[in-house]
Amino acid sequence: FSEKGQSADIISTVEFNCSGELLATGDKGGRVVIFQREQESKNRLLSRGEYNVYSTFQSHEPEFDYLKSLEIEEKINKIRWLPQQNAAHFLLSANDKTIKLWKISERDKRAEGYNLKDEDGRLRDQFRITTLRVPVLMPMDLMVEASPRRIFANAHTYHINSISVNSDYETYLSADDLRINLWHLEITDRSFNIVDIKPANMEELTEVITAAECHPHQCNAFVYSSSKGTIRLCDMRAAALCDRHSKFFEEPEDPSSRSFFSEIISSISDVKFSHSGRYMMTRDYLSVKVWDLNMENRPVETYQVHEYLRSKLCSLYENDCIFDKFECCWNGSDSAIMTGSYNNFFRMFDRNTRRDITLEASRENSKPRAMLKPRKVCTGGKRKKDEISVDSLDFNKKILHTAWHPKENVIAVAATNNLYIFQDKIN
Amino acid sequence: MFSKGTKRKFSDGGEEISDESLLGARVASSYSLQRQSLLDMSLIKLQLCHMLVEPNLCRSVLIANTVRQIQEEMTHDGSWHMVTEAFCSAGQSPSERLVATEVLCRSREQDAEPKLFSVISYEGCREEEVVADETLCSVSVSDTVSNVCLAGRMGQCWEKSELSGVERDEEALEDSRLGSGEDEEIDTEDGASTESPKTIGQVFGTFEIKNGSPGPDSALEELFSDVDTSYYDLDTMLTGMQSAPKMGPYDLLDSLAPSHSSPSIVSTPNCRSDLNELDHIMEIIVGS
Repeated sequence: FSEKGQSADIISTVEFNCSGELLATGDKGGRVVIFQREQESKNRLLSRGEYNVYSTFQSHEPEFDYLKSLEIEEKINKIRWLPQQNAAHFLLSANDKTIKLWKISERDKRAEGYNLKDEDGRLRDQFRITTLRVPVLMPMDLMVEASPRRIFANAHTYHINSISVNSDYETYLSADDLRINLWHLEITDRSFNIVDIKPANMEELTEVITAAECHPHQCNAFVYSSSKGTIRLCDMRAAALCDRHSKFFEEPEDPSSRSFFSEIISSISDVKFSHSGRYMMTRDYLSVKVWDLNMENRPVETYQVHEYLRSKLCSLYENDCIFDKFECCWNGSDSAIMTGSYNNFFRMFDRNTRRDITLEASRENSKPRAMLKPRKVCTGGKRKKDEISVDSLDFNKKILHTAWHPKENVIAVAATNNLYIFQDKIN
Repeated sequence: MFSKGTKRKFSDGGEEISDESLLGARVASSYSLQRQSLLDMSLIKLQLCHMLVEPNLCRSVLIANTVRQIQEEMTHDGSWHMVTEAFCSAGQSPSERLVATEVLCRSREQDAEPKLFSVISYEGCREEEVVADETLCSVSVSDTVSNVCLAGRMGQCWEKSELSGVERDEEALEDSRLGSGEDEEIDTEDGASTESPKTIGQVFGTFEIKNGSPGPDSALEELFSDVDTSYYDLDTMLTGMQSAPKMGPYDLLDSLAPSHSSPSIVSTPNCRSDLNELDHIMEIIVGS
């Protein structure tokens, strides 16, 4: 695996585009940085293209809501790419309250020989214009421009936690703690509210929406997860307001492991459909679960991410780590899944072989082009060499955001304010 | 990072506490102490949440649910009532004690009429109508010049009085460790708190709340008591208005309209205007 680090503000979201050529990151300062993969050189058969910075722009600025006297953070919560339909690239970026559609386009030519203005833009003296000429396109240094094309605002009272582009490529949904809205990409002044779980009396609130996603193929279906560990699949054809689910996914609680923290650790922090559309994956505090959409009463696979933390829940509650929201992702063929953990560890599970591996994203432990060493956490008793004991884990180094290239074995891992890109070397 | 010897606790059974003697009583009291400390920790977290202008809703909900769970278990144990009695002996007034118990015993499904009280006190203002079904429990009337009172709804869930009590009496919470946290039962029926009573309802409603400092102008307060505060509900705003309003103090006076009318009426009677002017304007509106 080779590594690329990038120091900047704390990264808050990572997303490959549909072809994997571009990788976008959003950060706490409202900036988006897009990386582009180099074209592979035919001479170097063994090297894969590296990712270099392609464009950087300020997506969101901090805002002040005068009515509520609240500052709205500029932190980018989610980025989602639209499928590419022409030479330009489009992505949606969302902070707590506003979603923006950005167009990223290249310009490598410029027109020269205008009639009415000089090369530097000044208007020419009219008397000096004696001939008519046609401007000519001349090559120039490549310039990548990002321009906001749509701003979808004022539709969320609560904090946006998810956006998801529909397979119809015309609509997308945005979800906050209590509501989900459906937008048309061309229309910014209204959206449809399709889910509303806000109780009439806010004091009765016991459950919030934590994540939502559109089905990858069926444009009428979407899922949303809750803080109580449940997932609801809804069909937009059934009703305008999808308060009644079509399917309800919940695993019955294991009574032997019940504790006061059971509900908190069951809260789902991320939900992702498989590329096939047949499965979905959910991440709760200690595990990742794969669900078959045809079976609602339990997941088909459960993977323990860091079970050694189960005995530490009280401390993790005290230092608030128990509320950390980890994301998860599928590889292109749905054969493997990946999620993050603490101490800059991230975990990958192979669904077929049931093998799993723990890797670390840190500068000290990996040089560029070096193989990553598997890590192991020692849970008790004798600590072997190279193992780390649970008590020495650094809980400030958390990997919340990871992304997997849609086609190849390339992964992007965000470790606080550094981005690591790992590629599989195929010999 | 962790305190040594932190064990997984609070699971039913409590058999993990191996250092204790095997006598059931000792185990039980150790368990209840740990449960109590979890309760205290949770209440402090909620309290800190409330101090933020815009707390993380998911986190608040999860902590609140944890608190509820503990309370339910303690109620079943009977330890909640023991604690109530202990608290009562500390010299609270009889009426407060009664209400506290009543609130505790009332199930969450009973929906008695919610009491309304103003969070930020200035002399004389106690209750303010908060309108309509869709309004959240707390709604702000935003005013940069003279900060106006804030309406809150006092729910009947036990946590409300509990948390308000915590808000009031932080020292007591720290000090009285024995069966502690029971200061929570300090009743806030009178609503005459000098700080903002912070209830769970308030937590979830803080998205709509602006915690302004008390304004001294009681005349203004009188005027605002008629304001249709649903106007400031984002839902209503989105349906009724084209753009987010940025209101100055005198705009509020202008918008004193009958409740539920569209806030985007251009000319609405200014309540300070003469009757003649009012008639004149009404003529324009009616078009006669």
